[in-house]
Amino acid sequence: MKKFIMFTALGGLLIIMISSYMQMPPMGNVENPSYNEVAVYYLDEALEDTHAPNVVADIIMDYRALDTLGEATVLFTSIAAVLTILVGKDPKLGEEDSHHG
Amino acid sequence: MQIQLFLQNINYIGSSCLFVIGLYTVLTHPNLIKKLIGINIMETSVFLFFVSIGFIQSGSAPILQTAGNETIQYVNPLPSALILTGIVVAVSITVYGLSMIIKIYNAYGTIELDEIMQIRSEEAND
Amino acid sequence: MDDLIVRNVSRMIIPFIQLYGLFVIFHGHISPGGGFPGGAILGASIVLYTLAFGAEKGHQKMPHSISKWLESGAIIFYMLIGMVGIFTGYVFLTNKAAGFYMGEVGVVFSGGFIPMITLAIGIKVGSTMITLFHTMIDEEEEH
Repeated sequence: MKKFIMFTALGGLLIIMISSYMQMPPMGNVENPSYNEVAVYYLDEALEDTHAPNVVADIIMDYRALDTLGEATVLFTSIAAVLTILVGKDPKLGEEDSHHG
Repeated sequence: MQIQLFLQNINYIGSSCLFVIGLYTVLTHPNLIKKLIGINIMETSVFLFFVSIGFIQSGSAPILQTAGNETIQYVNPLPSALILTGIVVAVSITVYGLSMIIKIYNAYGTIELDEIMQIRSEEAND
Repeated sequence: MDDLIVRNVSRMIIPFIQLYGLFVIFHGHISPGGGFPGGAILGASIVLYTLAFGAEKGHQKMPHSISKWLESGAIIFYMLIGMVGIFTGYVFLTNKAAGFYMGEVGVVFSGGFIPMITLAIGIKVGSTMITLFHTMIDEEEEH
């Protein structure tokens, strides 16, 4: 019974997602609204602005370099979180260790 | 006609199938590491959907060719650049979840969620 | 893991993995690649060393005191490069107008601060992977 409800809910979610994808413009078309003036500007002007042919590297390292600084901050925060959790002893854990096994 | 529409949007349909598979894994499996694998599958489905939005039929990778004279159609570089951020966040979340699972295993001796619930209820009754 | 074949083969291929990682980092602006995949390859070489030779030798190869400085130093280097834009009268992280060497299109030393930032990101990602892996290995061996 529980499994039946789960399959119904997930199948309904799948049908809703696929039917809404069918309303989108077809994939791989140049006239899509995602291929707007921002992408055209990057592809046209990147070579003069940065002298580097890899446009993805131009975007993440030059046009949106502050975003990449935020990414490095995310990595730093993950290290801080993992070291906070794993390194260092909880004083109460040692006493109850035999109880939990 | 309908088959044609399905074949044109095969990446979108695949990403939605991956999302549902990941959600099913998160909801049904009691193992915590399998739940984390399900979260990673859902993240991968979002990456696939986002990158396929910028795809152009018969377009080449966005590395500009300076030698030839003919104009080449490039794919949209912006979704690829944005998804790099998402991949980094996904790695950070995975590492954080794994470290919390290690601490849960040290405290309870198991990573099955129903056994943890049983241990907690026995402790509450004591 | 104490296995002769794994140890010898990994000792042979680790320099090539690190060379490939450095290639991916330094050619990040003229070919597919960049700081994130190159740093991941560099970190994976040290992870392979730790898996083949044990956690103790892995710690000797890449001690936590060094990777701690690499992590923090990469971000500080990134911020100092951004500060150049402020001191020359422009906004944070200005590339062409701030007077970086642009060079010719298609060679390694070109593109202003893009290769420097790629190197900083590569060092940051590699040392992050190594630190996380060594932390989890330590936790597993204690219990």
